[in-house]
Amino acid sequence: MTESVLEVDGLTVEFPTEDGTVRAVRGVGYRLERGEALGIVGESGSGKSVTALAVMGLLPATARVRGSVRFEGEELLGLSDARLSDVRGKGIAMIFQDPMTSLNPVHPVGYQIAETLLRHNPDLKARGARARAVDLLGTVGIPSPERRVDAYPHEMSGGMRQRVVIAIAMANDPDVIIADEPTTALDVTVQAQVLDALETARAETGAALVLITHDLGVVAGHTDRVAVMYAGRMVETGSVEDIFYTPRMPYTLGLLGSLPRLDREEARLTPITGSPPSLLHLPPGCPFAPRCPLRRDACDGAEPPLRPAGGDGHLSACHFSEELVGTGAGEVFEAAGADSAALARFAEAAPVNTPEEDAV
Amino acid sequence: MSAPAQVADALSPLPGHGGTGEPVLQVRDLVKHFPVMSHGVVRRRVGDVHAVCGVSFDLHENETLGLVGESGSGKTTISRTVLGLESATSGQVRYRGRELTELSRRRMRPLRRELQIVFQDPYASLDPRISVHEIVAEPLRIHGRYGPGADDEVRELLRLVGLNPEHGNRYAHEFSGGQRQRIGIARALALRPRVVVLDEPVSALDVSIQAGILNLLMDLQSELGLSFLFVAHDLSVMRHVADRVAVMYLGRLVEIAPARQLFARPAHPYTQALVSAIPLPDPRKERARTRITVQGDVPSPVRPPSGCRFRTRCPKFAGQLTVSERAACVEEVPALVDRGGGNPVACHYAESVELL
Ligand SMILES: Nc1ncnc2c1ncn2[C@@H]1O[C@H](COP(=O)(O)OP(=O)(O)OP(=O)(O)O)[C@@H](O)[C@H]1O
Ligand SMILES: Nc1ncnc2c1ncn2[C@@H]1O[C@H](COP(=O)(O)OP(=O)(O)OP(=O)(O)O)[C@@H](O)[C@H]1O
Ligand code: SF4
Ligand code: SF4
Ligand SMILES: [Mg+2]
Ligand SMILES: [Mg+2]
Repeated sequence: MTESVLEVDGLTVEFPTEDGTVRAVRGVGYRLERGEALGIVGESGSGKSVTALAVMGLLPATARVRGSVRFEGEELLGLSDARLSDVRGKGIAMIFQDPMTSLNPVHPVGYQIAETLLRHNPDLKARGARARAVDLLGTVGIPSPERRVDAYPHEMSGGMRQRVVIAIAMANDPDVIIADEPTTALDVTVQAQVLDALETARAETGAALVLITHDLGVVAGHTDRVAVMYAGRMVETGSVEDIFYTPRMPYTLGLLGSLPRLDREEARLTPITGSPPSLLHLPPGCPFAPRCPLRRDACDGAEPPLRPAGGDGHLSACHFSEELVGTGAGEVFEAAGADSAALARFAEAAPVNTPEEDAV
Repeated sequence: MSAPAQVADALSPLPGHGGTGEPVLQVRDLVKHFPVMSHGVVRRRVGDVHAVCGVSFDLHENETLGLVGESGSGKTTISRTVLGLESATSGQVRYRGRELTELSRRRMRPLRRELQIVFQDPYASLDPRISVHEIVAEPLRIHGRYGPGADDEVRELLRLVGLNPEHGNRYAHEFSGGQRQRIGIARALALRPRVVVLDEPVSALDVSIQAGILNLLMDLQSELGLSFLFVAHDLSVMRHVADRVAVMYLGRLVEIAPARQLFARPAHPYTQALVSAIPLPDPRKERARTRITVQGDVPSPVRPPSGCRFRTRCPKFAGQLTVSERAACVEEVPALVDRGGGNPVACHYAESVELL
């Protein structure tokens, strides 16, 4: 049979609203092997968080969810709340952007870790739980953990709180950790500390990871496979090397071409013009078509399904993915900036203020 | 500082990098403290936030000077103080040789035209009640420059930044984040400034949108000869846009250098930690990197550490210095001077390292 800890199939989420139905997630599927790290990237509003919340059973009751989410072979969609929270407690840990979503403001952090430990190991004594809590705080890189164990969440910085959340996740000994933008609000040096803590947690628990982020650098360093989302769908998926070195979907290529790089000099970036479509009124055909330089009539017909595109397990949802073989973003996208005609007229029209003219 | 001429040399670009000629903007020993008040009925001043402490730099014509540093390091405070939106506690800001901090409101006003700002948050910085045409026209009206032909001028500005001038009668909320940032740029350009302060102009945008704004800004600069003070916390963006980069930590400048040099051979331990912490969007390179990591969080700016403000997190202080060497870090504020590497560094034990 299968090695997958988590299997998501044909996941669809719709929100009925006053303006109509928001089709937030439209048939997303992935398999997560034991211990594997999957990165999910995509523009704001592409459905990354809603997908994660659907897997966790944390969407509001108004959401219409269809498809299948299996954890260790057990179907989670449609489970009772009690059974679901049991699975969540033991099997899947979630880390949100705001650590206070997971922390209780009225208890010291050590108490919260110890409580989790005791729930899983009824034989553990209170003192043992506290000692283990101190250990865990040290493991996630919190300085002077013996002192910090009695601190309340509000006495800690954002980066420390996020590491406490990771320590609690470790206490649960999960098989899957889903982290949704866990470092987005943090400064880079603190982000590095939190990502280190996350790596430590994975190494110690053997948990698989779903890492949702808009930071392609974070994905490059911390995942094995990547799924790119656009307008509620997965539009490309493959190994982290497939996605970064040989993208086969114009959107992915555009995303990489938009990135300024620390490690090299690029003459000019190639932005993707326009903005993503409204999920209320999706046009037929490829959702990327209005922004795609390779678009042609066929693209407005059927929405392209995910199809094999090169390497093993590399899939792309583009009718013309093979045209991207050997091309760079600079050859497909334009390096648009200012309107050059208008800029020339503006530079010409009146000289920029000179200080003389303004002398008082 | 006792030798302003020498400082000016050290803070100006090296030959062959970025802008040239006389500095457009000179900032010297800029200090900004904010009072910390007690809670309770009678509010007393119980201390100061040391937001900006003795910062000096030059900005040249047609140059982009990047200001980087983590949250709370004082970047926005510098931007606002330079523009006179905030009064300095002490120090000087000179624009084309004129001292801005001493000018009266009336005398400041014509200069105001030449120094403009673009804010981070395109959602909050545009008036929701007036049309986009009016938003861009407003500075012209305020400065009595809305004459005949101004309507065309506004349409031309919208076109310039890549917006459809037919959409001038719409309201800001009808535009996407990237388009709103373009509106903010058109407004800032209306008075034909020479210096534009950009405070995190792309931080709120998705990367695919951000790239278009960066291209736009670079086109505007090269064609109009503008000087940019560009504030950002994203070092990759900095590397792309800036001629020189100034690194802030807890209110102080710790290193300033031409962009290429700063990223290739950072000399301050904090700059090294920053460069080292930026993840590279390249899986093979990223996995192969060695990292310089820092411990802990940024201390409170109300009671900053004595001597070098970075010492509580400095990997060099913690791991390489002897007890007697550490004394200098604790007791003496390291001056921002060239320590042999060719650029000013505020570390007693500065040493260039190649990280990328
Ligand atoms: N409760 C809700 N009711 C209606 N629409 C919703 C609801 N929750 C999310 N949406 C919509 O679903 C879409 C997908 O949202 P989601 O939060 O998954 O995006 P995301 O990819 O996580 O974006 P970001 O990068 O900004 O976090 C968005 O258009 C959002 O407005
Ligand atoms: N009006 C104010 N009153 C009191 N303290 C202030 C005020 N404005 C800023 N500060 C403080 O001054 C310090 C510098 O803040 P500033 O906003 O300049 O930082 P920044 O580098 O722009 O940070 P960010 O990256 O978060 O925008 C911070 O400690 C901040 O809390
Ligand atoms: S299917 Fe057509 S529009 Fe869609 S990404 Fe491919 S080429 Fe572009
Ligand atoms: S002066 Fe000392 S503490 Fe400060 S950065 Fe240099 S080595 Fe580190
Ligand atoms: Mg999200
Ligand atoms: Mg700021």
